[in-house]
Amino acid sequence: MIDWFPVVIAMAVCIIITVARIFIGPGAPTRLVAFDTTNTLVVATLVIVGMMFNHVIFIDVAIVYALLSFTMTLYVAKYIGGSKF
Amino acid sequence: MDALNTVSYVFIGIGLFFNFVGAFGLHRFPDMYTRLHAATKCTTFGSIFLILAVIVQAAGIWAQGETSQSVMCIHSVLALVALLVTNATGAHAIARAAHRSGEKPARAAVDDLEGKEND
Repeated sequence: MIDWFPVVIAMAVCIIITVARIFIGPGAPTRLVAFDTTNTLVVATLVIVGMMFNHVIFIDVAIVYALLSFTMTLYVAKYIGGSKF
Repeated sequence: MDALNTVSYVFIGIGLFFNFVGAFGLHRFPDMYTRLHAATKCTTFGSIFLILAVIVQAAGIWAQGETSQSVMCIHSVLALVALLVTNATGAHAIARAAHRSGEKPARAAVDDLEGKEND
């Protein structure tokens, strides 16, 4: 069996680095890019946490999180682009 | 199981390396388009390999007769497919919206898409 805990710690460091760009990044498009990157990393981390605790529910949550964050990205992109719904 | 552990460690190494490259590229590049290039491509590639490591481990335990890991393996494949479909589409939408909102590339001399409305 693989010890997954250091992998989760490394992914948490990655997430902290990208969240810092959300706070300091100039302008809305840069913040949206950083948020999309954070969502990708969170999905990968949730799958690893599900394997670590041996619970399938974390992976189901990861699937739904990926789809909902995709919807959020599309709507905020429409808002930034200035197009009508 | 040792061979599968080795494969999983190699996948985890590749995945963590590319995730860190993407996270640092988000800070190193000058404007929004190059940040999108670095962050989206690198983190998608790294996350694919991290989820593949989970799939390999779950499939190895499943092959030993533990059928409770089959749900873990199949749902990880579903999460991987969802990630693959949504990331590329989302990055395209972000880039298009940013160009329509008037975001300029840093240090660019010529913008080939200037004045075009590609709807």
